[in-house]
Amino acid sequence: MKLITSKIAILAIVASAAGPLLADESVRVRNCTWCHGISAQGFSTAPRLAGQRDEYTENQLLGFKEHIRDNPYSKQYMWGAAANLSPQTAHDLAVYFSTLPPEAANDGDRELLAAGRTIYEVGIPESNIVSCLVCHGPNAEGVREIPRLGGLSYSYLKRRLEQWGEGFHAAAEPMPRIASTLSPNEIEALASYLSFIEYASFE
Amino acid sequence: MKVTSLQSLFYAAIFAIVFTAAGRAEERGTAAISKQEIQAKLDYCKTCHGLSGQGYRGYYPMPRLAGQQPKYIENQLRAFIERRRMNPVMFNVAHALSPSMVAALTTYFQDLNPNPLGGGPQDHLALGKTIFEQGLPEANVPACSACHGPDAKGQNEIPRLAGQLFPYTVKELTNWSKERGQNGAKDDTSAIMVPTTHNLTQSQIVAISAYLSYLK
Repeated sequence: MKLITSKIAILAIVASAAGPLLADESVRVRNCTWCHGISAQGFSTAPRLAGQRDEYTENQLLGFKEHIRDNPYSKQYMWGAAANLSPQTAHDLAVYFSTLPPEAANDGDRELLAAGRTIYEVGIPESNIVSCLVCHGPNAEGVREIPRLGGLSYSYLKRRLEQWGEGFHAAAEPMPRIASTLSPNEIEALASYLSFIEYASFE
Repeated sequence: MKVTSLQSLFYAAIFAIVFTAAGRAEERGTAAISKQEIQAKLDYCKTCHGLSGQGYRGYYPMPRLAGQQPKYIENQLRAFIERRRMNPVMFNVAHALSPSMVAALTTYFQDLNPNPLGGGPQDHLALGKTIFEQGLPEANVPACSACHGPDAKGQNEIPRLAGQLFPYTVKELTNWSKERGQNGAKDDTSAIMVPTTHNLTQSQIVAISAYLSYLK
């Protein structure tokens, strides 16, 4: 009982500390940076959060909490991490990360850059592969709840596209359908192209 | 003599081949396409234009195709190819469609009737309705209903406007002369709309687009 009371007291203190988050003053941000990096540029399996659309990040955090996003690493790491997030905290974290200046991963295959760019910009109409640009924007900057893709790491982009084709994160229409029309070569080309997009249009 | 007859036989043979090939090419344009091919192409269209053809708001707004006039869609697809209407994505899409595929797709979308997505601001719907039904005579804006029909369903090359995506209609009316009628060498029905789009103010464009976005 005593323990519960003190927990409630702590929660009350945390909740009252609302307002813009700063990395050095927020334990919650520090919990993210263990995996996503101090400047949130991503590390290993954890994607870059810096410069990501806040509405997208917020949506995804709630998706982890509600187990809608069920990719293997999501299950392993993010379900637990997001389990106790309040909607307000999810929102504050998403806004905070969206303001950090992002860097491009530049870790794709440069040989595939041109092929990836063509698929991104106009798709392959003969094979019923749609253009990515119409939703994700001319510089892959994203908009509203549609994520920025430019500069994310090759391995992350490749894995997400593959996993949609394998049935993970099925609720994220229309991506499961789109990803399942892509061949392994086309996925590699797209992931490569996107990894090199600089944040020239960072706004 | 022998040489001549051989030559004429040769030419006859070439003609025969050319004509058969031409015949086949034409057949490909009009012959029935397999159900699977049509389904795959429909899925492709609907990825961007919405699962019920209701439109979709990505980085750019993708227009509603549900209930759209087949002749309008057909004309626009040709406009993309002829560079009358500028859109790099749809230029490529249109190139990959045979005439019989266009016929199958437009028939399909015409029969869809999902609820409009709505989404336009609600504060000037009355003004939008007035412009649609009566125009703005003092500003040389004719009633939209005169051509697009009292229920905004359109006819032939004149598009249905009812239920069209709010940001799409705003974008089209705002950028009309930058996007349409771009090939001076080709006649384009879009010329009819040029004076009207220039005579509308931005707030009138918003009002009319919002009104249409809720119209069933």
